[in-house]
Amino acid sequence: MRWVRGLVGLAAIGATTSGLGVLAAAPAARPLQLQPPVRRIVSLVPAVTEMLFAMDAGNEVVGVSSFDHYPPAVETRARVGALVDPDFERIISLRPDLVIVYATQGDLIARLDRAHLPIFKYQHAGLADVMTTMRTLGARIGRASEADRETTRIERELDAVRASTAGRPRPRTALVFGREAGALRGIFVSGGVGFLNDMLVAAGGANVFGDVSQQSLQASAELLIARAPEVILELRPDEKWSDDRLRQETAVWKALPTLPAVRSGRVYILAEDELLVPGPRVAEAVRLMADAIKGTGLFSATPAEHGTGPGPF
Amino acid sequence: MTGAGSPSLPLHRGLPPGALPLRRGLPLVALCFVAMIVAVGAAPFIGSTPIRLAHVFSRSMPFADNVDAQIFFIARLPRALAAALVGGTLAAAGVIFQGLLRNPLATPYTLGVSAGASLGAMVVMTFGAAWSVGGVASASLAGAGLAVLVVYWLARARHSGLSTTVLLLAGVTLNAFFSALILFVQYLSDFAQTYRAIRWLMGDLDVASFAPILAALPLVLAAFVVFAWLARPLNLISLGADAAASRGVDVERAQRLAFFSASLATGAAVSVGGPIGFVGIIVPHLVRRLVGSDHRLVLPASTFFGAAFLIACDAVARTILAPLELPVGIITALIGGPFFLWLLIRRR
Repeated sequence: MRWVRGLVGLAAIGATTSGLGVLAAAPAARPLQLQPPVRRIVSLVPAVTEMLFAMDAGNEVVGVSSFDHYPPAVETRARVGALVDPDFERIISLRPDLVIVYATQGDLIARLDRAHLPIFKYQHAGLADVMTTMRTLGARIGRASEADRETTRIERELDAVRASTAGRPRPRTALVFGREAGALRGIFVSGGVGFLNDMLVAAGGANVFGDVSQQSLQASAELLIARAPEVILELRPDEKWSDDRLRQETAVWKALPTLPAVRSGRVYILAEDELLVPGPRVAEAVRLMADAIKGTGLFSATPAEHGTGPGPF
Repeated sequence: MTGAGSPSLPLHRGLPPGALPLRRGLPLVALCFVAMIVAVGAAPFIGSTPIRLAHVFSRSMPFADNVDAQIFFIARLPRALAAALVGGTLAAAGVIFQGLLRNPLATPYTLGVSAGASLGAMVVMTFGAAWSVGGVASASLAGAGLAVLVVYWLARARHSGLSTTVLLLAGVTLNAFFSALILFVQYLSDFAQTYRAIRWLMGDLDVASFAPILAALPLVLAAFVVFAWLARPLNLISLGADAAASRGVDVERAQRLAFFSASLATGAAVSVGGPIGFVGIIVPHLVRRLVGSDHRLVLPASTFFGAAFLIACDAVARTILAPLELPVGIITALIGGPFFLWLLIRRR
């Protein structure tokens, strides 16, 4: 969803300070055993909202962020802003007994502390941290067994995807999560750390930019040609493109006709909603990526002419 | 004509003070031309990936399998040409704007063209998922066009002619207004869109094909035809509007042509490479120190030197942190910022 790309973008702004790859979810420093049961939760983090619904705590969610759209039940909840514009007044007016915030929302955390509102701090990290966050959160809200059930399911499904790609060659893949529509400009790809890279590896791909120790980087034409990806996976969940438009956008890659992925028609644009959410649907997202990498995805470029190929002009 | 009157004083020949005789200036213009040719020729050999020259020009190898030739002809050559086009255009437009506004601190972006172009690009990046091919470039050109029309209309509104003072005030105000709109659009966009928008504002010459260059070329070439005609009127206008009029220059027409040609050339350049800063001010001033103030020399010399300068800046940008790329606008700003300050202090 939009906000995850936002995080990737922010991580890229933070560029070289890439400690983000090793962060894990951390509950607020309050003694667990003294907490009363949680009845009214406000979540500013869409992925955590999904987790809460998955562990049957959806009824306790009274407020969500302005970027929440899943599950459909969130549309009936109060909106309380998002990462940069949380609405403090609306949050306290909902009388929450737990507020889920991003760990980077320092000002909001300080104000919630002054109001003596319990906090759960969320930090965006790698694929394994999705399960860690769910277990910590489950323990925090008194739903440890539901959290355990969900994390076990996700891990089982991820194992199944890994098993389905085991023994197959791992194609050199470029994971694109941003590009100027209609052109091969402003191309942003996943580097070798973080959630997207973890998903790609779990889906059976080898990241062609795996050696770059950043969550994201801008890939120039030269870099793409030099890295020669065999598969290009583009994640575009936000645009809601039609099938025709998806084919058009896939064909845009023919401007670099000599990339192995373009020559063999292995350019895939995936538009499913769950692709960029580090929440309970992550195993489905990895399966979609694995299907594309295995060549059973929906959209692919028409293979460019083989043989000598086009000349430089 | 220009040689009429006393030949010893440039003023009497219709030239601004500090003009170098053409005879002495032309070899320097030729030198700038050589610098541009050398830069265009050398840039494709420089990059983050080592390439084998024997392979680049090899005819025995199919192009599709020849990674070295692909990097040379698809990635680097269009990029060097884009840098030449953008750098040359911005530098020449800077000369025209400085002549038109009679202000050495004017840049191609002073009158709001880049803010309009940026607004167009931001709007499409944020809301234009449904727009089709060529979206951001054409939208930035449309935004530039809108800014040009608004500024021109404002400058004409309360004045029978084209007042450069009103032009300047309208441009600066429109810059601020469009900047506010850009902030508003960015507030409505998500973080990834904002990040990409900021990245676009830093400038990017990785065109990956010749198509964006060819798309901008007609507008730029048309502008340069006007620039060539403008050299003499601008020389006379630099002596004062009245002096120019007394020598038969239709000052208002020249100003109008200068405004439109330089603005549209700037819009075209920004649509190719984003609003790359400082080229339009550093290059004209450096070149004036070399060839003097005669626009017949400054214009071509700035064009060639601007092209060479931006190619060099881009070569640094794409190699210094390889495989990561530094936005070229950061390089030009790192050089241009201190230069601009030096220029301000020096004028005291």
